[in-house]
Amino acid sequence: MSESDSKVPNKPPKTKPDFSRRGFLKGVGISGGVLSTGVLEPVAEAESTAKVDGPGAVPITLNINGKAHKLEVEPRVTLCDALRNRLEITAAKRVCDRGTCGACTVIINGKAVYSCTTLAIDAQGKRIETLEGFSTPAHPHAITKAFLDHDAEQCGYCTPGFVVAAKAFLDHTPNPTEADLKTGLGGNLCRCGTYMGIRKAVMQAAKEMKSAKVAKGTAHA
Amino acid sequence: MTPFEYSSPASLNEALGLLGASWSDAVVLAGGTDLISLMKDGVFSTKRVVNVKDIKDLGGIHKTGHGLRIGSTVTFDELASSPLVRGEYPALHEAALGIASPQIRNMGTVGGDLCQRPRCWYYRGGYGLFAMKDGKSLVPNGENKYHAIFGGGPAYFVSASSLGPALVALGATIKLASSSGSRTVEAAKFFVTPSDENAREIDLKPNELVTEILVPSASGVKNATYEIRQREAIDWPLAAASVALHMKGSSVDKASIVLGHVAPTPWEASQAAAGLAGKTISEDTASQAAEAAVAGAQPLSQNGYKVQLAKVAVKRALLAAAGKAHTAHHA
Repeated sequence: MSESDSKVPNKPPKTKPDFSRRGFLKGVGISGGVLSTGVLEPVAEAESTAKVDGPGAVPITLNINGKAHKLEVEPRVTLCDALRNRLEITAAKRVCDRGTCGACTVIINGKAVYSCTTLAIDAQGKRIETLEGFSTPAHPHAITKAFLDHDAEQCGYCTPGFVVAAKAFLDHTPNPTEADLKTGLGGNLCRCGTYMGIRKAVMQAAKEMKSAKVAKGTAHA
Repeated sequence: MTPFEYSSPASLNEALGLLGASWSDAVVLAGGTDLISLMKDGVFSTKRVVNVKDIKDLGGIHKTGHGLRIGSTVTFDELASSPLVRGEYPALHEAALGIASPQIRNMGTVGGDLCQRPRCWYYRGGYGLFAMKDGKSLVPNGENKYHAIFGGGPAYFVSASSLGPALVALGATIKLASSSGSRTVEAAKFFVTPSDENAREIDLKPNELVTEILVPSASGVKNATYEIRQREAIDWPLAAASVALHMKGSSVDKASIVLGHVAPTPWEASQAAAGLAGKTISEDTASQAAEAAVAGAQPLSQNGYKVQLAKVAVKRALLAAAGKAHTAHHA
């Protein structure tokens, strides 16, 4: 899914950085002499050849739910905003937008993270999993079904984040205790207070996912 | 968030070459759990963000001849799940496990914990580090329930570092690199109370980055961290204590007691620690040390309660280190 430049709103012009690396290295040579504490060990002089992108839009590729998505974003765009506003992948919700509430939870390289405090450009080359990747209305995941069984949502805004956090949690902890569950889902908030239902749902899903694995002969010993 | 350039170098030298003479030139991005929020809130802005997570040399936890070497981009989750850490450094293990939430532990890094800015809501609200208005600090008679009870101002914020107290108690050192060389700073000296509004709370220059943390061997050193917080998850501790006890038989030879979240830096209770020399840890000796640890507290108008919490944290950390009940709440 690629987008052309013309669709990028308010794209600022590409500007050159207003300090040069060469000038900076000279500056460091001077300030290095006045470092007062600790022991200075000589290291090879820094030669920066790393690519610097932006601040204007940069073409990036994101691997989301096993599919490569090409888009152009400024480096400051978060993964949450890129998913929702640019790719129409909207299960991750933008709620607190400060890495606290968990509504934006996605799984990167197998671990639950907050997409609102992850830069989209920083998520390149990693496996990004969103709710859409493992649970759809036609094929709901065991966790989604268990949420329905236990009435584990009220307004529903925190639900996708909770289901994604629960999946990452159960993938790592297939036999959770109640205490494990409290810690493992401790990064998601529900202002309606549906925690009791959520805990029951995730415990049920854990059982079902385990028996499904046994049936397939893929359970871990 | 104002626009910025972005680079993700693969080597330390490349990263160092991209840093600048001031933080408005360039800033280091690791977990981003706090930096991104600071930039969204307009409290901080910069021209260039240098992501250091792709630099392999900055990762990994290894045993060395002298102890443990922890790379600065090691996440809290990696730190908390390391058997090397859990076995010998329970103070560090508990501190890492207590941080925020699974998502934050998966993202946040050791280097980021050491370098993050204060949580003080005056600072976050744009009033600066000292929360000055019309030449006076807003904190002493303002909303100060989460502020410092040690230090006496003009810095009233508390150090946000969760690992700091444990690293200071364990005698860790922090290695910093810039393109003109590298240097090593004791953890206890890395944290500083800034003398002016534009200074930082840490001994780090804009052109430097934290590369690794070296923790001396703690074999035979009983250590623990105990944190007290309002809620079990996501919340910041209201008070915490990390202790390390060098033993001679069953009694304490040399102790270190460091309080967290009660001062602009991890706060060493040196007299309380000295008082434990030659003693065995019991309810009584732990209580006495705890009392001594908060003797110099100067609470503000709304945070007198933190004195009691700090006292309890010290007592429980000492008892936990000695293997006498009270492991941390989340263990």
